[in-house]
Amino acid sequence: MLKAAGPDSVLVVPACCTSVIQGIYPNTAMNIPVYNVAFATAAASASGMSAAFRAMGKKTNVICYAGDGGTLDIGIQALSGALERGTDFLYICYDNEAYGNTGMQRSGGTPLGARTTTTPGGKTDLKKDIDAIVAAHEPPYQATACAAYPQDLYKKVQKALSFRGPTFIHVLAPCPPGWRYPTEKSVEMGKLAVKSGMWILYEREYGKLTISAPSKAAIRKPVPLEEYLAPQGRFKGIDAKSLDTLKQRIEKNLKRFAAEEAGVC
Amino acid sequence: MLTVSTGNKAVAMAVRQAKPAVVAAYPITPQTEIVESIADYVTAKELSTRYIAVESEHSAMAACIGASATGVRTFTATSSHGLLYMHEMTNFAAGARLPIVMANVNRSLGPGWNIWAEHTDAMQERDTGWLQVYVATVQEAYDATLMAFRIAEHNDVLLPVMINLDGFLLSHIMQPLDTTDPGDFIPPIHLPHAIDVSNPKGYGGLTGPEEHFKFKWDIERSMRDSVKVIEETQAEFSRRFGRKYGFTEDYWCEDADVVILSLGTFGKESEVAVDNLRREGIRAGSMRVRWFRPFPHLDLKGRDVVVLDRDYSFGFGGVLAKSIEAKNKVDIYSVIAGLGGQEVTYDDIAGFVKQRRMGEESWFGVSGNV
Ligand SMILES: Cc1ncc(C[n+]2csc(CCOP(=O)(O)OP(=O)(O)O)c2C)c(N)n1
Ligand SMILES: [Mg+2]
Repeated sequence: MLKAAGPDSVLVVPACCTSVIQGIYPNTAMNIPVYNVAFATAAASASGMSAAFRAMGKKTNVICYAGDGGTLDIGIQALSGALERGTDFLYICYDNEAYGNTGMQRSGGTPLGARTTTTPGGKTDLKKDIDAIVAAHEPPYQATACAAYPQDLYKKVQKALSFRGPTFIHVLAPCPPGWRYPTEKSVEMGKLAVKSGMWILYEREYGKLTISAPSKAAIRKPVPLEEYLAPQGRFKGIDAKSLDTLKQRIEKNLKRFAAEEAGVC
Repeated sequence: MLTVSTGNKAVAMAVRQAKPAVVAAYPITPQTEIVESIADYVTAKELSTRYIAVESEHSAMAACIGASATGVRTFTATSSHGLLYMHEMTNFAAGARLPIVMANVNRSLGPGWNIWAEHTDAMQERDTGWLQVYVATVQEAYDATLMAFRIAEHNDVLLPVMINLDGFLLSHIMQPLDTTDPGDFIPPIHLPHAIDVSNPKGYGGLTGPEEHFKFKWDIERSMRDSVKVIEETQAEFSRRFGRKYGFTEDYWCEDADVVILSLGTFGKESEVAVDNLRREGIRAGSMRVRWFRPFPHLDLKGRDVVVLDRDYSFGFGGVLAKSIEAKNKVDIYSVIAGLGGQEVTYDDIAGFVKQRRMGEESWFGVSGNV
């Protein structure tokens, strides 16, 4: 992601796991400026930064790098405002489907049925469809990606930064301790999310949808959802009703995206 | 029942006893264990509370306000940035005269991110109309939480109460805990201005200067009345359960030439410092301020006063030191220490006493000779 963005870039990071993994003062693991901001404010802080760079005549990329909590929950107001105002920035939401920093509490991104420390019996609500919410703001470019497909992610970041105005990339980021599977299975988990249709990779340019290559197979025939859920401790003992709802939604989503791409809807 | 517990868990267990109808909360370190424990109790059906996992602290307090307005018991917990993000709503809760109880696990404020103990978060709430109590042991965290409901909901008070416990130093340490069943110690809640569709009223609409002024005076009047309610509640608590609490916790103060004043866990370190100082022949005492709002009357005449502040008001001074100075004619040595979890031992505290320079302020490890 940073490779695709290049050196003339600034990262804006709200409270999340990235607050921690960048290193402890006075050290930083990044080679570009990283500006840490309050949890709810990534898109608003970036709005100010972008306006200032443009006022100085600079093209510097302003990139928010925020978790699902900082995007779908506490940060959604700032995000919506920045999108609506046409802010020139890229917003990347890396989605590990819970509040990782504070020890895996539920977020709006947690899927139905998943156990977290605040949903010990499994979440009873659905995952919030942030991509549809972003799409309703009609940004010039938005995409989904997954950490298990780095080339796809790289290309999407490069492409997003070639647009003027707000762009948004939603990255599924498997989390071993949070999803409760062995670390070495991270790539496999990401791939199974895509293959099962739980996570669909696509781009939307000026509203036009293109399904990305890795998701084409799922559109034709997804692998059984159980293959994705079974290795993850968070879905252990998921009730039949939730499982059924998840399956129905996958089917509905895959059909919906295929139809939209084909222009039938 | 005797058990061993963290400070956070003790608060959660007390909440389980108080049985609020609604808990709305948001996670933040080092408070998260409280809301996670409550979520566990609700899932295990040990507590029939509506638990609302809101999307921010602003919404947590707003949801408590909505629930409390209907006349039910409510609770939330937070810390640091979470408390500050609530700030608009903490004013609303007090102004709307809602007896919401909140645990705040004291933590510093960024930037840079720091998760360790500091009192600056709660100090920034001191003018909102919330009652504030600071605790120093796991047992006290439990007991103060039980008492908070009774005090907040007392019809002579009807103001929200914040229980403060030091991040990690108390929230995460284990101590013995007697999880006393409160029985009928907390009477059923009765909110005289609860929303009632059979008696419709408008709440919080446009209010002119004269009425606004009266409402503010009414908050202050209740704040003053709360002194008696706190005394009665603590006396009744000790009658029923045997554990005594005052506005301050005094340790060897009667004959002391020098008294150490502090909030929270500093008080317990100060007691050890006092023991050691007394062994050296220095007549020291410790006075731990428990209730910060309403601010207590302190008997400090004729002694040297050393005040420890784990907080600061920039351009002014340590908040506890300045508060004591404003209310008492005493000579103060103000020590700013422990910000962001800086380690302060009882030996350090004894050092402050021995090297005190009355009338001055010193930042531990940064300025001055301590
Ligand atoms: C106002 C405020 N509330 C709560 C927190 C505590 N907090 C820090 S990070 C975090 C969760 C972040 O979750 P997410 O955005 O999904 O990122 P992740 O940690 O999973 O990477 C929380 C609750 C905070 N820093 N500020
Ligand atoms: Mg997350």
